[in-house]
Amino acid sequence: METFDVLILGAGIVGTACARECAAAGMRVGVVEPAVLGGGATAAGMGHVVLMDDSPAQLALSRFSRDLWRDLRAQLPQGVEYEECGTLWLAVDAEEMAEVFAKRETYAHLGVDSEVLDEKALREVEPNLRQGMTGALLVPHDGVIYPPAAAAFFLEAAIAHGARHLRGKRAIRAAAGEVVLDDGTRLNAAHIVIATGTDISLCPWLAVQPRKGHLVITDRYPGFVRHQLVELGYLKSAHAITADSVAFNAQPRKTGQILLGSSRQFGDVEPTARPKMVRRMLDRAIEYLPGLGSLSAIRVWTGFRAATPDKLPYIGPTPDPTVLVAMGFEGLGITNAPGTARLVLHHLTGAQVVLDPAPYLPSRAAVTEALYA
Amino acid sequence: MPDVTVRVNGEAVRLPGGSTVAAALLNAGVHCRTSVNGEPRTALCGMGICLECRATVDGQPHQRTCQLVCRDGMSVETGS
Repeated sequence: METFDVLILGAGIVGTACARECAAAGMRVGVVEPAVLGGGATAAGMGHVVLMDDSPAQLALSRFSRDLWRDLRAQLPQGVEYEECGTLWLAVDAEEMAEVFAKRETYAHLGVDSEVLDEKALREVEPNLRQGMTGALLVPHDGVIYPPAAAAFFLEAAIAHGARHLRGKRAIRAAAGEVVLDDGTRLNAAHIVIATGTDISLCPWLAVQPRKGHLVITDRYPGFVRHQLVELGYLKSAHAITADSVAFNAQPRKTGQILLGSSRQFGDVEPTARPKMVRRMLDRAIEYLPGLGSLSAIRVWTGFRAATPDKLPYIGPTPDPTVLVAMGFEGLGITNAPGTARLVLHHLTGAQVVLDPAPYLPSRAAVTEALYA
Repeated sequence: MPDVTVRVNGEAVRLPGGSTVAAALLNAGVHCRTSVNGEPRTALCGMGICLECRATVDGQPHQRTCQLVCRDGMSVETGS
């Protein structure tokens, strides 16, 4: 029977980032992935590396992780398409503009760069936005990546440190230092890290729910948008727990394509694209970018975010002392993967981490479950 | 149908009326578009599905040239 220091279940962006960190620390690492490397939410999402300040804990993790991405830049292969295009949080009225100033205050307090743009300055940097926007907050060090290529990079780095990629097998049991694969293989590990995204079959007690999203990508129109453009109402939409919602989110890809989001739906667990949601999303996007209506979209797809009741991921130990989880990142798995890997390493080895791990501990799930029951 | 003349990357190409723009590009001996990796691509399916025959037609980028019939004086730019 093979023995590992740590078996990581799931080769998405989070699992592979953990694998790289653990293997580099000298651990014997195995990565179990039944399907395509980075083929779940990692492949479906936008790949926006973004500061998110909806809670202090979210801001701490996204800031820590964004710094780690920036440190990695020089090492990332070209296929990762890292582009530090910055995010523009768009305000359409005085109320949203007040939010722009509040955001800048929050960031300035933490020493994070951001810049308020008025209507004129905004038009200069994004001439295809409609007339009459109020302004925006530019967060210049946010970026865009192609996440499946980043997952491949993490896994290759782990393998270079001796990690094993156990392909094509699904873990059907993970407890007491043993993982059982669907072909009957038993693997031993001092620790197991579950990083299976929306699939909670190995940790059904975790409050993670799939939240469907639609994406649309256009043909190549280089320069049509230059920053990741997000409406400030995005957070309102992202936090509406019950209703289906859409929010304007447009991203320039290195190829010149424009990637458009976003929709959020609970309860629809079919991967089928819903024309009604796509229409709502495009209508919203055209409100912001009127010229978009005459461009060609070439592909529409959907994906599932792993949503938690309090919008924070579960990172850390579980009642089984051999099992850790790194789950529930909703729309921030790409951004937060490198910081999560550091937190996981901290829980495994006691390695120092600059971040307080407490807000992400899975033990809070019992509390939130009771609150949201 | 009378012959038509279209401009392909500035060069005049004369074709029988009713020809598709993709046919004009084939006659001109140029490829239609360039892939993200810089490879030349040209019409494959001829029925509007493969999208390999896209070119800029009268200033409109990414038009499927196999689905467009040449009009006299049309201007086509390829290779984007």
